[in-house]
This record gives sequence, structure tokens and C-alpha cells, in this order.
Amino acid sequence: MAELDTAAPTIRTVTVSVNGEPRSVDIEPRLLLARFLRDTLGLTGTHIGCDTTNCGACTVLLDGVPVKSCTVLAVQADGREVGTVEGLETAEGLHPMQAAFHEQHGLQCGFCTPGMMLTAIALLEENPDPSEEEIRWALSGNICRCTGYQNIVKAVRQAATAMREES
Amino acid sequence: MYPGRFEYQAPATLEEALATLDRYGDEAKVLAGGQSLIPLMKLRFASPRVLVDINRVPGLDTLAEERGELRIGALVRHKDCERSSLLGGRRAVLGDAAPQISDPIVRNLGTVAGSLAHADPQGDWGSALMAMGGRVVARGSDGSREIAVEDLFEGPFTTTLEPNEVITEVRVPDPGPKAGGTYLKLERKVGDFATAAVAVHVSFSDGTVRRAGIALTGVGPRNLRARAAEEALAGATLDDEAIAEAGRLAAEAAEPRDDVRGSAEYKRNVVRVFVERGLRKAREV
Repeated sequence: MAELDTAAPTIRTVTVSVNGEPRSVDIEPRLLLARFLRDTLGLTGTHIGCDTTNCGACTVLLDGVPVKSCTVLAVQADGREVGTVEGLETAEGLHPMQAAFHEQHGLQCGFCTPGMMLTAIALLEENPDPSEEEIRWALSGNICRCTGYQNIVKAVRQAATAMREES
Repeated sequence: MYPGRFEYQAPATLEEALATLDRYGDEAKVLAGGQSLIPLMKLRFASPRVLVDINRVPGLDTLAEERGELRIGALVRHKDCERSSLLGGRRAVLGDAAPQISDPIVRNLGTVAGSLAHADPQGDWGSALMAMGGRVVARGSDGSREIAVEDLFEGPFTTTLEPNEVITEVRVPDPGPKAGGTYLKLERKVGDFATAAVAVHVSFSDGTVRRAGIALTGVGPRNLRARAAEEALAGATLDDEAIAEAGRLAAEAAEPRDDVRGSAEYKRNVVRVFVERGLRKAREV
């Protein structure tokens, strides 16, 4: 058997574009993307809920596609784009999705909110005018224990309208 | 939770990936979507020394029909299947299974081939593909071979793949001009594994059943083929009587156990009802 020392950490340099900003960092391959964002980069808007691929609180966009960042290795994001909740607000103010969650009271404790908003934004990219059923279907991998989802759905519908008018 | 330490390799070619698998044997693991493997590694149920990430290998993401045969490459995600018209119609069993796998976010990354290689007895693709007579192409450094999905599963989380082999694609034979089916799954909530699920596929010729495929999920140590039910249907007219008999035979083939999702008796009855419903839907084509 070939010699391979896994007792000593192997370090790899990865370059990930996070919210449009290239970040080059030395990491261990076993570092999860969620931990990379929170602990290495200090972007704590990405929440870790269940840590078992169920709840969706850690959802981020990887090349625009929602993924559960507790179930992706940071090395897999090498050379790719990661979008987190911190990237939503611009100089002009809140993202229409953030504004809609605020106005529609789409959150209570707020723990699931970053993941909810990122999943919803990806949905609107594909389907700018989703029905209530389509919204609920798209968000079915994101769990909220406070709202009963009613106001989350309302918020996504409001954001859809706002974003269609904007474009 | 963190996975244990491992060496990470992201080969640019399949040959390179196979060479690594040759070198490290069962101490290496292939990473495709990672939606089963990474959770297992976090729980330390799997602690590979080397992880071979095939996501940068070109040519493994083909989802296409070729001379009636469907080809699903190793990097085709559940979501690709959910969106592809190739999986509907005569291949409705596959098209109906795709959106019922886990949840929408997991489906963005998880792959069909990875799901098969993981061999979870609760896996949905195993049954759906068995019903259509699907095969996997297993590639090693010394060549490739085809394995019927049915023969791939040895038991829970165990396959007949060699440690140095990787599934490069899944192939599904031409169902013929007239075929139908569906995948029916009872789950407590989105993202849960099946309490019980049933894959039904029927190819017809001249108004009778040319070939019926029936496979069961969540009611045994692996995906099970309901062979007696399939044989009873072959050559038959798909009338109410034949459907009821197939449902009864499929329920007999199930090997359910009592657990938090339901009693063995309940699951067996779900199998019977779902096989009947599935065959009635297949008959509509």
C-alpha cells in the first residue's frame, strides 16, 4: 500500500469567489463549506441548523444553485462562485427578497431566513412568477419552525412582483 | 460534525481517477454529488483515506437517448432528471421517481449513479431502474462491464462493484413504442425515506403485457424485484383481475419490518395498494 500520512493534515489552497470577492485560503480538505464561510471567512449569516442535510438553514448558492453547505466540502468550491446572505444587500439598500421578508413578516426567530431567501432567489431566477404551490415545492427543503410558512410564501410572492417590475 | 482526515484528489480525467482507485483500493471513495457520502463521513460511518472527486472529469454528465436507450452519466443530478422530458411518458416510472427523491436542494447535487453506488435499501432509483431493466456501466482500469441494477445490490450499502471500479453511466433499455408506469412513494414528509414505495413499469404489445417490471423500496434489506407478480403479468391482458393478483403477489414478495414509519403489516398492504394503482396508471397509455 502506498504511503499516505492522513495523521498529518494536508493543506490545500483554494480560491473561491464569495459574493463576488475572490478569497484565497489554505484549508484542510475535510473542512465543510458551511464552516469555511462561518469560521474561516467570518460570514456567520450562513447558519448551521441540523448539520445532517435536512433543515436547509445552511443553504448557499454555488454557481447560482442552492446547496446545503453542511454537505459540501469547501475544496469542492475551488474556482467557483459562492453566494451568501451577506451578498444580498447593496449600496442601494436591501435586496427585494430581504425587503419582502421584512414587510411580510416572513420570519420570527430568523434562523432559517438566509437559506429561505437564497433558495427563493434561485427559484425566481428560473421562474419569475411562481404560483403558491411552486413556491412551497421549491422551499420544501428549507424548514421553518416559527412561521407556519404562510408569510414566507407571501414574502416570496411580493419579491417576485417587485423583481419583475424592476427588470 | 467533521469528517475524519483524508487526502483529496480532483482528477481531470477518468484514467487518472481509475489509477488512484487502483492504487488505494477500498481505502479510496468516489465523490460525485456527496449527498450520501459526506453525511456518512461526518458521522464517521465512512472514513476513506482518499477521496476521489470526479466532478471535474469531463463527459460524465450526459443525459441522452441513443437508439431508444436512455443514458444517464455519472454526474447527472436528480434535478437534471426531474427536468428532462426523456424521463416522462414511456419512462414515467423514472420521471415520477425523480421529484420524490429527498428534497429540492439535495436534488441539485445528488446523482443517480451515486445513489445506486450507495445502495441504500431505501433508495428510490434502485427500484425505478430495476423496473425498467436498467444496467450500470462499471469502469475499471482494465476495462468496463455492465451490471444489471438488480445484480448491483448485494445488501444494505453493499454492491458488487470492485473497489477500483466506478459507475460511469446508467443505461435503460428501449421500453418499446407503448409503455407506461409510475413510481408511488409514501413518505411522512418531504425529504424522508419511503415508508414504502413501488416502481411499476409495463411495456405492451398487441394489447397485452410484453414485459412488466415491479420493484419495491423500503420493504427489505435492498430494493426488491417482485418477480412472481412480473411473471404472472407477462403475456396477460392488464384487466382488474390480473392487477389484483399482481398486487397480491408483490405484497408477498415484500420483506417489511416494523419500525417508526409503520408496522410490517401496514407496509405490506401499502405495497399491494400501490402496485394496483401503479398498474392501473400504466394501463392508461
